[in-house]
Amino acid sequence: MHYAEAGRDDNVNVLSVEGLSVDFHTAEGKVRAVDDVTFAVPENKTVALVGESGSGKTVISQTIMGLLPPSAVISSGQVVLSDPSGEIDPVDIGSLDRKGARMRQLRGNRVSIIFQEPMTSLSPLHTIGDQIGEAVLLHRNVGGPEARELTQEMLRLVRFPDPKRALDAYPFELSGGLRQRAMIAMAMICHPALLIADEPTTALDVTIQAEILKLIKEVQSELKMSVLMITHDFGVVANMADEVVVIYHGRIMERGTAQQLFSNPKHDYLKALLNAVPSFHMDKDERLAPIRPIEVKADDLKQGRTECKVAPGEPLVDVKNITKRFGLRKSGLFSSSKSFVTALDQVNLTIRRGECLGLVGESGSGKTTAAKAILRAMEIDEGAVCYNHGDGLRDIADLTGDDLMDYRRRVQLIFQDPFSSLNPRMTINDVLIEPLEIHGIGTPSERADRARSLMSLVGLDARFLRRYPHSFSGGQRQRIGIARALALNPEFLLCDEPTSALDVSVQAQILNLLQDLKRDLNLTYLFVSHNLAVVDYIADRIAVMCRGRVVEIGETREIVSNPLHPYTQALLSAVPEPDLNTPLDFAALDENRASEPASWPEPFRLEAGVAPTLIEMEPEHFVCAPGLQEARALEGTAA
Amino acid sequence: MTDHLDKKPEAAAHEVEHYVDPTPFNPATTEELSPEQERFYQASQWQIMWWKFKRHKLAVWSGVVLILFYLCVPFAEVIAPYTANTRDSQHLYAPPQSVHLFHEGQFVGPFVYGMKSEVDLNSMKWVFSEDRTDVQPIRYFCFGDEYQFWGLWDGSFHLFCPAEGGTLFLLGTDRLGRDMFSGLVYGARLSLTVGLVGVTISIVLGLFFGGIAGYFGGIADNLIQRVIEIMRSLPELPLWMALSAALPVTWSPVWIYFGLTIILGLLDWPGLARAVRSKLLSLREEEYAKAAVLMGAKPKRVITRHLLPGFSSHVIASATLSIPSMILGETALSFLNLGLRRPSVSWGVLLNEAQNISVVTVYPWLMAPVIPIIIVVLAFNFLGDGLRDAADPYK
Repeated sequence: MHYAEAGRDDNVNVLSVEGLSVDFHTAEGKVRAVDDVTFAVPENKTVALVGESGSGKTVISQTIMGLLPPSAVISSGQVVLSDPSGEIDPVDIGSLDRKGARMRQLRGNRVSIIFQEPMTSLSPLHTIGDQIGEAVLLHRNVGGPEARELTQEMLRLVRFPDPKRALDAYPFELSGGLRQRAMIAMAMICHPALLIADEPTTALDVTIQAEILKLIKEVQSELKMSVLMITHDFGVVANMADEVVVIYHGRIMERGTAQQLFSNPKHDYLKALLNAVPSFHMDKDERLAPIRPIEVKADDLKQGRTECKVAPGEPLVDVKNITKRFGLRKSGLFSSSKSFVTALDQVNLTIRRGECLGLVGESGSGKTTAAKAILRAMEIDEGAVCYNHGDGLRDIADLTGDDLMDYRRRVQLIFQDPFSSLNPRMTINDVLIEPLEIHGIGTPSERADRARSLMSLVGLDARFLRRYPHSFSGGQRQRIGIARALALNPEFLLCDEPTSALDVSVQAQILNLLQDLKRDLNLTYLFVSHNLAVVDYIADRIAVMCRGRVVEIGETREIVSNPLHPYTQALLSAVPEPDLNTPLDFAALDENRASEPASWPEPFRLEAGVAPTLIEMEPEHFVCAPGLQEARALEGTAA
Repeated sequence: MTDHLDKKPEAAAHEVEHYVDPTPFNPATTEELSPEQERFYQASQWQIMWWKFKRHKLAVWSGVVLILFYLCVPFAEVIAPYTANTRDSQHLYAPPQSVHLFHEGQFVGPFVYGMKSEVDLNSMKWVFSEDRTDVQPIRYFCFGDEYQFWGLWDGSFHLFCPAEGGTLFLLGTDRLGRDMFSGLVYGARLSLTVGLVGVTISIVLGLFFGGIAGYFGGIADNLIQRVIEIMRSLPELPLWMALSAALPVTWSPVWIYFGLTIILGLLDWPGLARAVRSKLLSLREEEYAKAAVLMGAKPKRVITRHLLPGFSSHVIASATLSIPSMILGETALSFLNLGLRRPSVSWGVLLNEAQNISVVTVYPWLMAPVIPIIIVVLAFNFLGDGLRDAADPYK
């Protein structure tokens, strides 16, 4: 009530949500998704709505947009929108007919939304110009040429490189970052009073994320509008929000200014959440504190474990100059020529026994392809992957029969997506004993014992063995995936983005679990991730990949505190930190240059066809700098 | 919040109350489960599919209707009051007799009135009319028309029979005085099993060819896909007609029946093979299948443990949806005199009597077989829809 009145009286709050409760009527009964939520978005401010998956934050955004599904019912409260421009009178959105004319008049006009996934939120059949201009045609009572004019103006505002040409471009011609810019242009074109940004950067690479955040800030100050930013990322919150609302299971846990919440978090949930986020300022020995910590019981598994015979610090896996090209079929009807995309370009990596090597890169950098090559899940075109079985390094391409089975036992993969990596039709017991069955290890009763000790290893109750995967949360499933990977006593675990599909609070739990297992079972990890903070937390050394090449490799501390390669520098400067005192340097962002090898400054510049040679610029710190090699070669000949 | 209001607007905009939820916070609550959830979480694929299927009311009722129809298959002799080929030369083209309960205001139980017949000399036809004085109560669990049960044992027991010396033509008779209702019951035996046998043949072929195409890919896939495309481009009805016309006339009805089902099955498998292939292709890319491969599992294990359970439910659903086309195919062929012939009785054979439009206008009850055909085909389609919706319980 108070917020609503405040909104009417002094016209300060563009949006006031007052005691909002939303129920879903499903086959299983009534589910309360939003429970007595109160907050406000003041004029010209950014309010961040922070919560984990299932917390109800998307339901709130749907309520504001009038897009709730038919099964959802607003059982109490009001959502008042008061337009500071005075174009419409304050209106309770909750009381409007979701499909009615008044709601349609608001939607896309006074309130608009940017969705998470830029790849699917634009229609592939219409040009960018038509899609953006549609809102003006609907709401602004203008003609076609005028709409086109306004659209072009908007595209210029969202910093499209060539706004005039972009009008007639189709979405497939644009990169993910540009599509998200087009989405923002579409949301802004009617100069809405309130913009809802629903995880606008979650699907984007970190350098593009920084650009988009910068853009939202700029456009906001230019158009004087309020932003409701829905996110799970405290780094984004710290950089964007004036006020923060923390939501958990449909209830608001804590609400206040960003300053108040970051410097003086009061609620246990928020405190725990902030402690669970890895950041670059942590000491090497500092551990994250997950909300639901788990205890690792490795005693059962340590017994009878065949230890890896390679001495700690010796190379366990040696990736030598591997190159992988993917052929693209030409579209011409008569031309049979093939073009290639180089996914891996002479990649060299050494993983030492007992260490955790972090492999970092943006989407399309080739990090997953490299992991597949090490797993022998894919043929490589050139080079070799060698593995030390305790008797020296051997090329894994030569392994056959029992040797290959032995390699498959020693090297295990932890998948990114905990939902698709477990067969939904098998019980957890079947999932865990499957590797043992494949390798013909143990009697049925020994296998059953093994399954129980694996469950306790990852902190799950042995009673869960009879259940099916669909009954577990993402974090629990990931723990089952880890348990399955450990069933065969492996030496080397390949973790392919194991936490990127998980919530922050669960991420900390999984990272700690992986760390404990590595310590207790003497494992070696290759940790593939796009999240630098996560890799910084778990890895001993980091290799940075870009466009299929390793550009920098070295000790974690060294790479993070003293990045030498321009790409690594750009990557590090683009990571938003969950800390108000270290904001992103938006001014330093270089538009899309950082991931283009040909535009790196000398000596790092890399033309197509040039070998990405790694130079030891500082002790144990290698950087891809072909220019430097030539210089040194020249020095060598001169001397 | 009230003092908040008293301040000036600027102040209110900048001063934000720091709200903290007062209820205690227990992070473990989300991991606790109710007994119902526990039951659901220990349910296998088939159990969840059954729960999901049960919610599709139309499909469940279609299933019930189909079960009732299929009861005619084993017990046709007992259910029908006459045999399919019993001729009553006194009642040619007799109209349906309606069942009454009350005679002159008095309750007698289910009975029919006897029929008076006379020749209309103008049109040279028998004209039947109800004899309101002749009450013929229907008998239950009685002995009547003699038959050979499953062609093996002699018997004369019926669920219900006409009164002694009376008649019971619930759906009328045809030109030789054969009871239409009994014909329908006997006809169900062949018409309903043609679909099942045909689909079995089609599933075997579809799984085999679809499996090869989907799992091995390459040349095998290409070859099978081209064959399927050619088969799909042939016009269906003329091909059926040509093939069934090729069945030797000297064959016994049983052989003709099997020949017909094989023809229907042979021409139906491409659709199923495609479904199997596409499902295999998508399942092969599932991460859990990849995980098994990376653990060192052999193709046989990957197929049997991970791929087959994944699409068996889809195969059942698409098979259910292709049964109606087989039933219709048999009906069409028999109607055109190219499929089964008397003394075999199927719904198509019965419809054969209704080929002449002038006969149908005078004796409309000859069209009776159309009704069970429509009901069965619709029921199969609804059932298939329900099965298909339930087939993937994890979506």
